[in-house]
Amino acid sequence: MSSRVLIIEDDPVIRRFVRSSLETEGCEVFEADCAGRGLIEAGTRQPELLILDLGLPDRDGLEVIRDVRSWSRIPIIVLSARTQESEKVAALDAGADDYLVKPFGVPELLARVRAQVRRQASMAVGEQAVFGFGDVTVDMIRRRVTRAGEEVHLTPIEYRLLTALIRGHGRVLTHRQLMTDAWGPGYAERTHYLRIYMKQLREKLEQSPAQPAHLLTETGVGYRLLS
Amino acid sequence: MTDQRPDPDRLLAALERESEQAARGRLKIFFGACAGVGKTYAMLGAARQRLAEGADVLIGVVETHGRSETAALLEGLPLLPRREVAYRGRMLAEFDLDAALARKPALIVVDELAHTNIEGSRHRKRWQDVEELLAAGIDVWTALNVQHLESLNDVVGSITGIRVHETVPDQIYERADEVSLIDLPPEELQSRLKAGKVYLGDAAEWAADNFFRTGNLIALRELALRRTADRVDAQMREYRADRAIDRVWQTRDRLIVCIGPGEGGETLVRNAARMANHTQAEWIAVSVETPDMAGESESHRGRRRNALTLAASLGAEVCSLSAVNPADALVRFAINRNAGKLVLGRARRGAWQRLLHPSLLDRLALIEHELEIVVVGLPHHENRKEAPERRLPVNWRGYVWAIAICAATTAFAALLLSVFDLANVVMVFLLAVVGVALRFGRGPGALAACLSVASFDFFFVPPRLTFTVNDTQYVFTFVLMLVVALVIGQLAAKLKFEAVTAAEREHRSAQLAELSRALSAALSTEQIVDVALQNLAGIFQARVSILLPDADAKVRPAHAPDGDFVDLAVAQWVFEHEQAAGRGTATLPAAKARYLPLRAPMRVRGVLGLLPGHGLVLDEPAITRQLETCISQIAQALERVHYVEVAQEALVSMESERLRNSLLAAVSHDLRTPLTGLVGMADTLAARPSRPPEEQEMILGMRDTAHRLTAQVSNLLDMARLQTGRIEVKRDWCAIEEVIETASRQLSVQLASHALETRIEPDLPLCEFDPVLIERVLVNLLDNAIKYTPASSRIRISAEQQGRMLQVSVDDDGPGLPTGPTERLFAKFERGDAESAQPGVGLGLAICRAIVSAHGGQIEAHNRANGGAGFRFSLPLGEPPESTNLEKDA
Repeated sequence: MSSRVLIIEDDPVIRRFVRSSLETEGCEVFEADCAGRGLIEAGTRQPELLILDLGLPDRDGLEVIRDVRSWSRIPIIVLSARTQESEKVAALDAGADDYLVKPFGVPELLARVRAQVRRQASMAVGEQAVFGFGDVTVDMIRRRVTRAGEEVHLTPIEYRLLTALIRGHGRVLTHRQLMTDAWGPGYAERTHYLRIYMKQLREKLEQSPAQPAHLLTETGVGYRLLS
Repeated sequence: MTDQRPDPDRLLAALERESEQAARGRLKIFFGACAGVGKTYAMLGAARQRLAEGADVLIGVVETHGRSETAALLEGLPLLPRREVAYRGRMLAEFDLDAALARKPALIVVDELAHTNIEGSRHRKRWQDVEELLAAGIDVWTALNVQHLESLNDVVGSITGIRVHETVPDQIYERADEVSLIDLPPEELQSRLKAGKVYLGDAAEWAADNFFRTGNLIALRELALRRTADRVDAQMREYRADRAIDRVWQTRDRLIVCIGPGEGGETLVRNAARMANHTQAEWIAVSVETPDMAGESESHRGRRRNALTLAASLGAEVCSLSAVNPADALVRFAINRNAGKLVLGRARRGAWQRLLHPSLLDRLALIEHELEIVVVGLPHHENRKEAPERRLPVNWRGYVWAIAICAATTAFAALLLSVFDLANVVMVFLLAVVGVALRFGRGPGALAACLSVASFDFFFVPPRLTFTVNDTQYVFTFVLMLVVALVIGQLAAKLKFEAVTAAEREHRSAQLAELSRALSAALSTEQIVDVALQNLAGIFQARVSILLPDADAKVRPAHAPDGDFVDLAVAQWVFEHEQAAGRGTATLPAAKARYLPLRAPMRVRGVLGLLPGHGLVLDEPAITRQLETCISQIAQALERVHYVEVAQEALVSMESERLRNSLLAAVSHDLRTPLTGLVGMADTLAARPSRPPEEQEMILGMRDTAHRLTAQVSNLLDMARLQTGRIEVKRDWCAIEEVIETASRQLSVQLASHALETRIEPDLPLCEFDPVLIERVLVNLLDNAIKYTPASSRIRISAEQQGRMLQVSVDDDGPGLPTGPTERLFAKFERGDAESAQPGVGLGLAICRAIVSAHGGQIEAHNRANGGAGFRFSLPLGEPPESTNLEKDA
């Protein structure tokens, strides 16, 4: 994992340990202590991953996300000190890919960073025709889903939901994003549909639906497909 | 077929009435043609039956009139003791309204609805007592004779020759929920009378000769039957209206009755009431004030007022108009109010009177309109001498001045005569007449006119110094002069009068404008009270007090001085009943002052007490109108300020809410950031290889401590939020298995040492809760289970449906809960074992309980039968939203 990572965070202690743990992983790390500085760094250093604190002294983290998203698709991991889910949802809807709630441990951080880097690498290869997770294989061209070699029958909405999750695999997808992808914009508020269909998908695709390994819930925020 | 639809206004009115009646008690009237038909008997019989059925029946007051049959029926019925009142040296027993209200039976029997209470009672009439009982939600049974109905009072009087003074407004009868007609053929009644069953002794004989003549009885019976039939008819119409059976909806016809100052106004009003009743029309009683009326005598005013009051009590809307030409004003008013019928009274008038003062009817004939005019003949009491009227004080000064001015004019004319011709000198006299009329009014003007002609004749027309005239031409001059002088004088006087009236009106509206300006500038209740007191005292020349309700809805004077005349009990009554009371009203008329409710659009905001000074007649239409306007302005100003205050309070609480939230957020942020550094650095250090094991252990201990510190800070902050009741439950339709999944994932590291089992009932419905908060409950419960059980214990989470509740349990097979009430565990800062080595301050379960309660659920702890602790919480399942548009699973 040798990527260029930019961290925008006002607390020097956090910057320091994030830097040192990422550097041991072989990353090249750039630091910025405020949003203004961070945007300049993002523009000049061309990082492959952005770690962004939402509580910056000069500007709202959400603005930084929107700003970066206007010209780049690099993965953004958000650090949040607040526990309110609404803040995470807003950051994710604005274009962030994942979030970490403070305080977080180094293993957690590294896991998230690796997942994003991997996703980025697979995106660079281009749209995959076949996607697999666990013992499930999804053939996007033939619209066929198999589990341990057996074909699994999915309804059209289940299939649309699954492909929406696959397109954003590794990312946290908010309820709104998933509803819009699978049902269309008019259904964004009817999240109970989503819950019913996620349950059906898990029952069809997960080994132990009560303790899913791939189709994970992010309470109050959305879902994530972990491959 | 639009005409098939029920009239929405009418339906709305019916609905309003129904909802009002739902809270009110029900009124049943036992209605009869006259005394002795057996109303009380029937009423008591029915009451006994209700009592036998187990109803809470109370006899409030019943007059047996010594009738033994009736007295026998009373036995065994619960009787309300009467109130003893001393009146003119005698002790009289009256119905005890307060005791009845305090006792609050389901049904109370109150005989003789038309009874007049002894002076000093709360209400003047018993029907008002009954109204109050009904308003308190008590059912009332009562008895009433047809001759006591207000609108039939004079009809019955003219039939029987006996006037009764105890009357009941027709509305009471109309609004009764049930009317039961007690009918007895006249022959039978007479035989009952003869047998002494109705009146005893001499009274029976007198009654038989006078009131109970067969002719009377037949007429009364017919009236009672007709009145009951009318009621049934009205009910039928209402039923038809409800069901939209009518094909054609007649527009409700309005009727206007014009009240004049003459006698018979009350007869006119009763006639109009009957007409309105027959056609189910709304009716308006109108009195037109004209400039001429300023000189009206007190008895005229009184009669007009009485007629208007009667009209109001019979259900009319009362209006007074102010106009120079009453006919014009009436027609315009009728058109505005969409009325088709005008009812006028007509008294017999002499030919001379007709010529000089054309009646309203004559004037109406001159105007083009489409009104139907109904003329009611009014009785003319020639033989009755009118009470000596209090005339306006005669303006003697004016007459003296008139004489003096005429004398001066004569002297001046004498001087002029040397220069001018006689014909011109006449003009000087005319000028004088105009001057006198303008300055002193009609009487002095007329005197000046006569004096001028006389002195002109006496002093200037030859032969001088005699009234004889040589040249007959001068006779013509005199007549012309007199007529011209009189006409000009009267016109001038009228002009003056109108100017004065206009000035007065102007003054009144200026006062009102001033009041409303001052009120609109007032920013607080205190200012409004000050403004109102200052202005009202000035406008009405009265002592004024404003009473406002406190937190317990008890009214108190809102200002320090000048409230000493206030009777708080009366004011409180007014506030609660939203009706005027005190002096000059039907309720508590013995009070010194009058109390009026300050009625604003939303509710009554307070009470105005008015103690009139000398010479103020509160019932004067102009004064009443002005008072009403002032009151509504004050009430609206009070309401406006009230809402401003409410809005301000809301703003302040929003502000402090925001402050609290941002404070909590800041605390949370400021604590979490350094903790993140601590955890991160401990992790980084721990990752460095080749370190002595004890150092490694210390580093990991540091990290764990930092994590625990975080958890405790979170708990404290959450508790702070929950404590202030500011917790925001973001309910959503969620699946409990998802929450169980995330909670166990959060604790996956800690759970590694234990065996976790989840057992979720298949096909659990979605449940409405805040997933973040419920996750917190589960995390806390799981965390407890991990903390208080030895490693490798089994922990089981299960979820199932129990009736309409979703039940989630977290059980373990550890050492179980400490003995003692498990309830204590959920208290704040409470831990199972006070000296436990386990970290934590004991907030976890308190937070769980607060969250579950906020969802309308319950949480409990227990020791399981086969060892270990069990925690269980339940959440209401609710009605899940319909999931239409969900595809069929093919």
